[in-house]
Amino acid sequence: MTTDDTTPSPDGAAPAEQAARGLSRRGLLGLAGGGAAALGLAATAGFAGGRAQAATSAPAAPARPGTYAFTGEHQAGIVTPAQDRMHLAAFDLTTTSREDLVELLRTWTAMAARLTQGLAAGPFGPASGPYDAPPDDTGEVLDLPPAGLTITFAFGRSLFVGTPAPDGTPGVDRFGLADRLPAALVELPRFAQDALEPQRCDGDLVVQACADDPQVAVHAIRNLSRAAFGTATLRWSQLGYGRTSSTSTTQTTPRNLFGFKDGTANLKAEDPEALAEHVWVQAADAEAGRAETGADSAWLTGGTYLVARRIRMTIETWDRTSLREQEALIGRTKGEGAPLSGGTEFSEPDLEATGRGGLPLVATDSHVRLAHPSTNGGVRMLRRGYNFTDGNDALGRLDAGLFFLAFVRDPRTHYIPMQSTLSRQDALMEYLRHTGSGLYAVPPGVPDGAEPGEAFVGQALFT
Amino acid sequence: MPRPALTAAALAVLVLPLAAGCVANEPAASAADGTDGASDGVLTVDSSATDCAVSATEAPSGTLTFSVTNSGDDITEFYLLGEDGLRVISEVENIGPGLTRDLVVQARPGSYFTACKPGMVGDGIRAEFTVTDSGAEVGPTGDTAEQLATAEASYVAYVKDQVASLVTGTQAFADAYVAGDDEAARQLYAPTRVHWERVEPVAESFGDLDPLLDLREADLEEGQAWSGWHYVEKDLWAPAPEDNGGVAYTPLTPEQRQAAAADLVRYTQQLADQVNAEDFTFEAFQIANGAKELLDEVAGGKVTGEEEIWSHTDLWDFEANVDGAWVAVEVLRDVAEAEDAELVATLDERFAALRTLLAEQGSVDTGFPTYDALAQDDIKALAAAVDAVSEPLSQLTATITGAA
Repeated sequence: MTTDDTTPSPDGAAPAEQAARGLSRRGLLGLAGGGAAALGLAATAGFAGGRAQAATSAPAAPARPGTYAFTGEHQAGIVTPAQDRMHLAAFDLTTTSREDLVELLRTWTAMAARLTQGLAAGPFGPASGPYDAPPDDTGEVLDLPPAGLTITFAFGRSLFVGTPAPDGTPGVDRFGLADRLPAALVELPRFAQDALEPQRCDGDLVVQACADDPQVAVHAIRNLSRAAFGTATLRWSQLGYGRTSSTSTTQTTPRNLFGFKDGTANLKAEDPEALAEHVWVQAADAEAGRAETGADSAWLTGGTYLVARRIRMTIETWDRTSLREQEALIGRTKGEGAPLSGGTEFSEPDLEATGRGGLPLVATDSHVRLAHPSTNGGVRMLRRGYNFTDGNDALGRLDAGLFFLAFVRDPRTHYIPMQSTLSRQDALMEYLRHTGSGLYAVPPGVPDGAEPGEAFVGQALFT
Repeated sequence: MPRPALTAAALAVLVLPLAAGCVANEPAASAADGTDGASDGVLTVDSSATDCAVSATEAPSGTLTFSVTNSGDDITEFYLLGEDGLRVISEVENIGPGLTRDLVVQARPGSYFTACKPGMVGDGIRAEFTVTDSGAEVGPTGDTAEQLATAEASYVAYVKDQVASLVTGTQAFADAYVAGDDEAARQLYAPTRVHWERVEPVAESFGDLDPLLDLREADLEEGQAWSGWHYVEKDLWAPAPEDNGGVAYTPLTPEQRQAAAADLVRYTQQLADQVNAEDFTFEAFQIANGAKELLDEVAGGKVTGEEEIWSHTDLWDFEANVDGAWVAVEVLRDVAEAEDAELVATLDERFAALRTLLAEQGSVDTGFPTYDALAQDDIKALAAAVDAVSEPLSQLTATITGAA
């Protein structure tokens, strides 16, 4: 677990956290109910308007050490300072009943609201309840702190229009949602050099669980999967470690498995104007979408889009590459992460700067140049990826890489053009293989203080 | 205020703004009133050598949870008794010193007694207990004991019927096999095993018979003798060397065949003797657990195609396991419905979906495709349908024991 000051357990709250560790999660709850120290912490860790509202409008608003509010204008797990671990799971619905789908989202919402506050998945918890029934929580986090768990839900294109057959026959709109399909929730085009494995792509629903403890993240997905039996089945899932982006200026820039700092130029929680411009879907987007396709996607206002790409790195060959070539491919120094045009990590790369022989200091096929906003019409992304290592392949090479996650306002402008360029021109592609892919619409958050039993994630889509 | 009650009250406050009503089995929680330990349906019981301290003397009708802590030195028990002080509404046994165990009960309005029985002797330390009318709907009162007795009797009858068919079928199969009529034996193999697979949890309850009759080669340990159905299966569907650890399969000699067939017949007869014994019973909780185990069997061995690795007749076993689980639900239906009608409705719906999916592949009468012929998508759909049934089915035992 990281000890930097960006996790949701800053030093100020450490005594409360430590005192609480001696108790079970159930016991801890009793303490937190009246814990003034915990409220103070929430203020420390707070970052968004929604959180502040939660603290004032509902006295019981989540305020436990190491937790983030589940409710708010936007879902948690997007601008939340990136936790260290992630378990992301994509589900396919096995039901064709809209009612069942809504019921699942209600159940998931209720469960996620509990889990993110460090509570058990069900009211009895893992070690009580009817002795002849399986416990309503699986129990592996019983003595663990909440670890900053966030759970973020999103919808795939197939939820709205089904999956087209290989021969191009359109998919089936199983839930009467085709006329609510956001115009930007497109099928991602085939990018050059794509090596996608269908069993790692797409899905009707996706759930991203992030926490500073992998067991807490996996526990969340496990219990949500259990609640889905009979309605949805797991399609694919991915574990990630070592966040590869910082989403807050309070976080240091982490490194990917190439050993380079990643996400230096990322959008940050502290820049609300840039988030509104590049991440959050605006009301105007729904209007533009309606004009374009006739579909009503107002339900997504305040939400965002999640692009997921499983990018395998051929790290064995990368590790045989000279430092000179590694830095030239990335366009930054390996140590500091400064652009090769000079300065320090956060200096803007000077793409015009040339060196001996008039050659650009930041090479024309370098990753930084091709991914830079100035090369992509000024668009920016909120990246929130993780490293992964899924054992090894049959040839004795690590199946490792970057699980790229980015939240954007419109993938047609904020992701697809950039990836098209990267896939064609980025010299780094020699060491990369995109093996999984998904694009999902992330609905806005469940409002603070919503009516009991009423609110659920994505509710506006069904009304 | 006792801590667990506070815990539950705080929990309700946290969750209610967002999620109340989403979770069907939330204990009757009225978070507004945190002053009465019982108002949220959660009570604590401290059972010591001399005392049985219940945190409240009354509680609203609905789901009540008695969290019983044994603070004495002897093993204790806790009972909720009817107004007559005789009828056991629900009980929790074998609480060791220092342990806490929950008794969850659906309580209707009325007068009751609570009783702790430290040392498990005597009438226990009793106190009057009142359940007030909260307006919450609690299932109708039936004569549960009688319904359970009926359920047990009809399940035992089903078991005897299946085992009788198994005995007959096994003899015919053994005869064909010993006679060297392999084609006839292969035809009889799966339809005969169906009778075994339908009641397998009963056979498992006899301990040693199950491994003698149904052990797979993969389950053998070094040097262990192998007998039963799968031993013969391998001989009838002799594997190629690459499926046999790289060595050529050596067919059984006529003498070995005779011995293997005799074992099969003998052990099956032992099973028949046991289920036809006068004192053979299979209690309601065993029936419910058995139903879940049958689905676990499907999820663990059949849906992966590992059960019938040589004959690939897994779909017959699959169907038989589902049949057996369905019969268990059917015989327990009245009791379960009174306790949790929603659970039974879910089971009905999901069993129907699973059986429809299986029917698309065939039936025991008309035959099934071999498992290696199934498409991966079909297998995944079957697995999802099995999971869909298994999750609610895992609640059946508690529902039955909660009603007893």
